[in-house]
Amino acid sequence: MKKLLVFLKNYRKQLIFGPFFKLLEAVFELIVPVVMAKIIDEGIANRDSGEILRLSGIIVLLGVCGLAFALTCQYLAAKCAYGFGTELREALYRHINTLSHSSVDKIGASSLVNRLTNDTNTVQNGVNMFIRLATRVPFLITGATIMAISIDLKLSLIFFVVAPVISAIIFIIMRKTVPMYKDVQKKLDRAAMLTKENIEGTRVIRAFSRQQEEIDEFGGAVNDIAESSAAVGKISAILNPAAFMMMNLGIVAITWFGGIRVDGGRLTQGELTAFVNYMTQILLALVVLANLIVIFTKAFASANRVSEVFDLESEKSDGNELPSQHTDCKTAVEFKNVSFAYDGAGDNSLDGISFSIGRGQMLGIIGGTGSGKSTVSSLIPCFYRAGSGKVFVYGSDVVNYDFDELRKTIGIVPQKAVLFSGTIRENMKWRKADATDEEIISALKTAQAWEFVEKMPDRLDTVISQGGKNLSGGQKQRISIARALVGNPQILILDDSTSALDYATDLAFRKALRSDLPDTTIIMISQRTTSLKDADRILVLEDGESVGLGTHDELLKSCGVYSEIYRSQMNEKEGGENA
Amino acid sequence: MLKTLKRILAYTRPYFAYFVMTILFAALGIALSLAVPIFIGEAVECCIGKGQVDFERLGRNAVLLAVIVLASTLFQWLMSLATNKLAFMTIRDLRKDVFSKLERVPLKYIDRRTKGELTSRVINDIEIISDGLLQGFAQFFSGVITIIGTLIFMMTINVRIALVVVILTPLSFFAASKITKMTHDSYMKQSLLRGRMVSLSEELAGSQKIVKAFVYDERAQERFGQINDEYGKIGARATFFSSMTNPTTRFVNGVIYAAVGLLGALGVIGYSPFIGTMTVGNLSSFLAYSNQYTKPFNEISGVFAELQNAVASAKRVFDVLDEEEVSDDSDKEALTECSGALSFDKVYFSYNPEVKLIQNFSLEVKPGERIAIVGPTGCGKSTIINLLLRFYDVDSGDITISGKSVSEITRDSLRSSFGMVLQETWIFTGTVAENISYGMPEATREQIIEAAKAVYAHGFIKRLPQGYDTVISDDSGLSQGQKQLICIARIMLMNPPMLILDEATSSIDLRTEHRIQKAFSKLMEGKTSFIIAHRLSTIKNSDTILVMKNGNIIEQGSHTSLIRAGGFYAKLYNSQFES
Repeated sequence: MKKLLVFLKNYRKQLIFGPFFKLLEAVFELIVPVVMAKIIDEGIANRDSGEILRLSGIIVLLGVCGLAFALTCQYLAAKCAYGFGTELREALYRHINTLSHSSVDKIGASSLVNRLTNDTNTVQNGVNMFIRLATRVPFLITGATIMAISIDLKLSLIFFVVAPVISAIIFIIMRKTVPMYKDVQKKLDRAAMLTKENIEGTRVIRAFSRQQEEIDEFGGAVNDIAESSAAVGKISAILNPAAFMMMNLGIVAITWFGGIRVDGGRLTQGELTAFVNYMTQILLALVVLANLIVIFTKAFASANRVSEVFDLESEKSDGNELPSQHTDCKTAVEFKNVSFAYDGAGDNSLDGISFSIGRGQMLGIIGGTGSGKSTVSSLIPCFYRAGSGKVFVYGSDVVNYDFDELRKTIGIVPQKAVLFSGTIRENMKWRKADATDEEIISALKTAQAWEFVEKMPDRLDTVISQGGKNLSGGQKQRISIARALVGNPQILILDDSTSALDYATDLAFRKALRSDLPDTTIIMISQRTTSLKDADRILVLEDGESVGLGTHDELLKSCGVYSEIYRSQMNEKEGGENA
Repeated sequence: MLKTLKRILAYTRPYFAYFVMTILFAALGIALSLAVPIFIGEAVECCIGKGQVDFERLGRNAVLLAVIVLASTLFQWLMSLATNKLAFMTIRDLRKDVFSKLERVPLKYIDRRTKGELTSRVINDIEIISDGLLQGFAQFFSGVITIIGTLIFMMTINVRIALVVVILTPLSFFAASKITKMTHDSYMKQSLLRGRMVSLSEELAGSQKIVKAFVYDERAQERFGQINDEYGKIGARATFFSSMTNPTTRFVNGVIYAAVGLLGALGVIGYSPFIGTMTVGNLSSFLAYSNQYTKPFNEISGVFAELQNAVASAKRVFDVLDEEEVSDDSDKEALTECSGALSFDKVYFSYNPEVKLIQNFSLEVKPGERIAIVGPTGCGKSTIINLLLRFYDVDSGDITISGKSVSEITRDSLRSSFGMVLQETWIFTGTVAENISYGMPEATREQIIEAAKAVYAHGFIKRLPQGYDTVISDDSGLSQGQKQLICIARIMLMNPPMLILDEATSSIDLRTEHRIQKAFSKLMEGKTSFIIAHRLSTIKNSDTILVMKNGNIIEQGSHTSLIRAGGFYAKLYNSQFES
């Protein structure tokens, strides 16, 4: 929480003067009933039209000043809130970019996005409301009470009965309805989920002719919403009428007891009118206060969620070595007895893995789902730190590298092809901001992507929509591969990234890869033994342990798991011929 | 706009009683609450000064006031209840209708839209209708009644002063509408920018790991910073404009208050015959009315903005409801006996008349035959499924099943003679058992288990926390392969005479993949099957292979005949054994 206050530093002036001007407006607003009382008690009583005119003029003047003060405050509040929000988001995003993979895993990427956009907005709104109302409302309430007391202490006792009762009503209703609203929201989410599932599964639903049942189930869900909404509506419908009732019953009491006070000569007629006025003001302020509490509760919750992100540790290298200092090292990547467990996971994902691969060579990694293939690949650019053992790149422990410089030498093709909205050219410049069209086209050609990009009407200027929705799975995968090839990476990691390609395209890609990037060290993860046949070394993983390391031919002889995989895949191929 | 409103109103017809109650109770509650100032004025009048208080009149007045307050409270509460009921019931019906409609529109309607878009029609748009139209209606109506009522009461006290208030009214309207307009424009800009900021955050912060892998963080920060700064500036503007409303109305209110005070006081002292005569009590009530009078103007202009939103949403919802539905087939014959024989006769089909797809395609399938559909990714293999299950209708030519044209039998009976397992598995939120028995809800637990056993799914289901009663959903942690096994079990249970299968290409671990292969062969025993095939063994064991490219069927025949022909298929086949 406290950490976020730093971002208000540049807005001290607004923070002080905003509420100050608002306070002035409230003071002026409180004076109005007094002036009106004076019109009645002096102007009317003395039949002094000049006095009445003068006092009315004062009310208008008070209004003009009040308007000027209020607008100044609103302006300062908006300026401060949005300035604060902008700085907060900027800093938050900067921090998010420094987070290590394990930190991101803790909160989850989608939650990070939520905190960066929604939560910062809620906090920003909280700051805005704080300046605008946090002083005004309590001041109006206490001010009106004090004014009332100064007019007549005994009569003001009614305030001390009515105000707490109204507060209690607001509080009780809010406490009851807030969880109920959450329940309604949950039911609404369920209806949304049903709709989404239904649209996803239209073909299956129609294939099974289950439309009516789906309609019935959805009908049940929306009935639920209607019932829950009605239940919470019943309670929240009490709020305004009840507050109205309490305030007016208070006024009834004021007229009666006020009458007694007037009769005793302790109160004038005009003062009685002022009293009624203050009562109304207090009620209006209390209702605003209720909304204010809701806004602040939300803002605090959001502020905490934002703080949590700031509390996550940034990634930090132990040294600042550069890959260019190690150009003479013949080994590209080496694992020495590496074990690794993800945060919060009980078991090791990798256990005592050792291997090495020379510059310009190709390492294949094979194994079932969850065997730790992707984990191996994410330790090389030091996205995660090895739990025990060491990972070396060019003979130096990865934790000692300047991470940015290390990663600039590595090209990575993730399992899931994620493209970004923008043109193909913009996407292709991710690794190298100043890549030329020739470099881009050559990378696309290697990745077998140029054949379809070339046919698109706008070629490199073709706009990719968010998430690459306008491309097929195979096309996305090929562009994702090409993106990693721009600028000739020294090490290329392909994480099972040709799964959506058919055999012919896959083969053409592998051939092109070897001839176009002869000096690049390649780490290729795959499920297909055919894809890895040519690798200089193949690492076979099962349940995080290395069960084989060698060339295709060596492994066929020595590694049971590998030969089993190979045989099952070949059988399948040759099965037809045998049958 | 009027047409849309009328249609919404038609939806409230079943709840006409609530509609009437809303109006009636609103009128009663407000009318009574407007009488309150009269009684307050009356009370002030009873308290002229020391020893001059008419207690009898004051007491009677207090009791009457209390009764009126209580009655008004009751009616206000009842109005809220009626409005709630009206709103919740109407939107429930509307939601049901839209959802049912989605079950009846042709698939091409759904295919052309994203699921997010359609879900938003059912959930968000209808929510906006509820907020804007129904609850907004209540607010609008009470606002109008308040204004009219206040005017009437003021007229009864003093016509001339009331007229002055009316003359000053446009001031309030003018200010409110001016501000609304300014606010609207800058709000539009703000929400546009906010949308852009959110989608950029989703992309960049949502893929933080990729940003890091490509050392793109500085550029990402710059892009984010740019839009963030712009959002901050525009947001501050929009917020300032919108926050002008309250102070401005308060000011206009103050002016009217002063004018009433001035004229009223002059009236009391009989300053000018033009003003007429008044009592201090009259003045006090008048002041209270002038306080209430301006507030609704503000609310009404707010309601108008919401109303516009709601009408836009309603239009979108009605657009869905007005979509063409699939033709009625209740008069068609049901396919009761199905031999599994099937034929395509000179079929022509395309999704878009400008892009020709399937042309003059004929194929004869005998009962129990296997048809493999092969081709590179994105070649349009699913088109065949769309035609077979009549998700789409052929442009010309005919498809017959057991000698009957598919256009002559009901869709439901046609579809229930097929079992379909797609690569994009569809698992809905529900228990494993419910998912398996989707096509046969009356299946016993024994039948479900038997089906699961037959397709090798029993083993992993047994190990789930609650076995067959474990609640699963699409993202509940089941692997892709496990989800596919459940979908296969679903078909196994139904045992339809014909099958459509889609082999997986994505990364499924080897053991599960084996099981799926075995499950598929078990399922296919003695059935006519169409297989979108990736595995050579499946392809080679098929009776007919359809080779597709760019949506067209370019070759068709058996494996040996196609190899001999040396066309596209032969090239595709050979690429697999090279490496």
